[in-house]
Amino acid sequence: MNNQNLTHYLYGLADNALILGQRLSELCGHGPTLETDIALTNIALDLLGQTRSYYQYIANLSHENLSEDDVAFLRKEHEYRNVLLVEQPNADFAYVITRQYFFDVFHFLMLEKLQNSKDLNLKAIAQKSIKEVSYHKRFSGDWLKRLGDGTELSQEKVQNAVNDLWVFTNELFETSKADQTVLKELQIESPETFKSDYYKIISSTLEEAKLNVPEVTYFQEGGKQGIHSEHMGYILADMQYMQRTYPDMKW
Amino acid sequence: MSAKEIKNLEDIFEAKIARDEKIEPKDWMPEKYRKTHIRQISQHAHSEIVGMLPEGNWITRAPSLRRKVALLAKVQDEAGHGLYLYSACETLGISREELYEQLHSGKAKYSSIFNYPTLTWADIGAIGWLVDGAAIINQVPLCNTSFGPYARAMVRVCKEESFHQRQGYEIMMTLCNGTQEQKDMAQDALNRWWWPSLMMFGPTDDESTHTEQSMKWKLKRKTNDELRQQFIDQTVPQADILGLKVPDEDLKYNNETGHYDFGEIDWSEFWQVVKGHGKCNKERIKARKEAWHNGEWVREAAMAYADKQDKRTTKQTG
Ligand SMILES: [Fe+2]
Ligand SMILES: [Fe+2]
Repeated sequence: MNNQNLTHYLYGLADNALILGQRLSELCGHGPTLETDIALTNIALDLLGQTRSYYQYIANLSHENLSEDDVAFLRKEHEYRNVLLVEQPNADFAYVITRQYFFDVFHFLMLEKLQNSKDLNLKAIAQKSIKEVSYHKRFSGDWLKRLGDGTELSQEKVQNAVNDLWVFTNELFETSKADQTVLKELQIESPETFKSDYYKIISSTLEEAKLNVPEVTYFQEGGKQGIHSEHMGYILADMQYMQRTYPDMKW
Repeated sequence: MSAKEIKNLEDIFEAKIARDEKIEPKDWMPEKYRKTHIRQISQHAHSEIVGMLPEGNWITRAPSLRRKVALLAKVQDEAGHGLYLYSACETLGISREELYEQLHSGKAKYSSIFNYPTLTWADIGAIGWLVDGAAIINQVPLCNTSFGPYARAMVRVCKEESFHQRQGYEIMMTLCNGTQEQKDMAQDALNRWWWPSLMMFGPTDDESTHTEQSMKWKLKRKTNDELRQQFIDQTVPQADILGLKVPDEDLKYNNETGHYDFGEIDWSEFWQVVKGHGKCNKERIKARKEAWHNGEWVREAAMAYADKQDKRTTKQTG
């Protein structure tokens, strides 16, 4: 296995978890109820835990004695491979839940495939993560239904979020050449294979939630190629602040 | 109820407390006991959730992934503490909405320590070490307080607080073993958090009201000054190990008493912050109000949905 390709592929997995975890952690202390606050923080904690497993693996693959924190904090913006979806702001609770559900369904299906990977590290991470993610998916899916089938106002808000975030879903399935090489070598099914399942699941939940499936003809992408939204720079400015201001120190 | 009957109930109640038995929500209790407990438990609950804000301020900027996860988990613990305490308070016949309303309107207080700003990463260490440390000293005696739900909540809370305190101290230790810049950061945090931490034990004994009643109900076992002394005696040697200087020129171990003598506390600062003039009083309440108001439509949606679900099940089964 070519380490460079594998590292590139792992960034694609890990950076999604990191950036979404970072976004969710902005909300800690500001949720609509203590119970949702605690639940969203749990999700953030799971995602950051998964991030650490991937980054530790990446750090071990490198020959430069890197640490998980070097990998997490010391890259340039264009070197992060997360999708645009996870960097979208916490505009309101409807956006938070919709972003989460769109990601969770993908994440779950992806981990199902990853569990059968020939790479034992990845297999172990996937087996541990999938239990967490099945809970995330239930949480966000249940809330999507509550908001969609709640009040008129909540329905309007969540429909707006669905419409705005839908354009970011397609990118979840994008793979680079290097990704494809890795998928093939490790015998992991490509995301393309569960794309129609993904949209089926999402559509049936939206229907149950009394929400419309948006008709979108153009999707947004670029995050996976390192071309991010304007939000990303600010996420990194916060996240990297300490490491950039006080380089080479132990915390 | 006749005065005699009430007197009789009061006697039974007092005897129960004297025997160290717990008062449970369904038990008869004097109105004053109920009110005092609502006030104290809610104030405690509010402190937990307002306390999430200064530390929450550093979650997105934590310097390493390990620290980020630990801080996030810590702040989440505080939310859990708030939840147990609000639940304990609700058993006394007041709703969560009413309690929040009291916090938002300024009628209810919370610990003034959370009106100080967190300016550097070292503040996260200092808060864990000093603020959680002071909280433990205040709270351990409450594990045996007379009101059952409060006592049980405190047992759970105290376990987690001591974990927070160790974690905070470990952050300080790492800084103090680091570069000069990191040591300076740690010293600066101690300078800013030391005196406010001493104020967490409340006014001096001669200024503090309702201590006697609280002692009888086991809401208090030691006086403010005793607890403060215990905190100082415990914390100064820890600062010595870190190699940090406690910002008090009068601080000195007294061989005769076996305690540290310490300098005058600036009580005018304390009262200023209590009155709402601390650096962050306004921001803290604003953040809580915003969270509550922005969440209103969410809570309404959840209720509307639950109602619909109920009707659907009644239809099916009925
Ligand atoms: Fe707490
Ligand atoms: Fe704590």
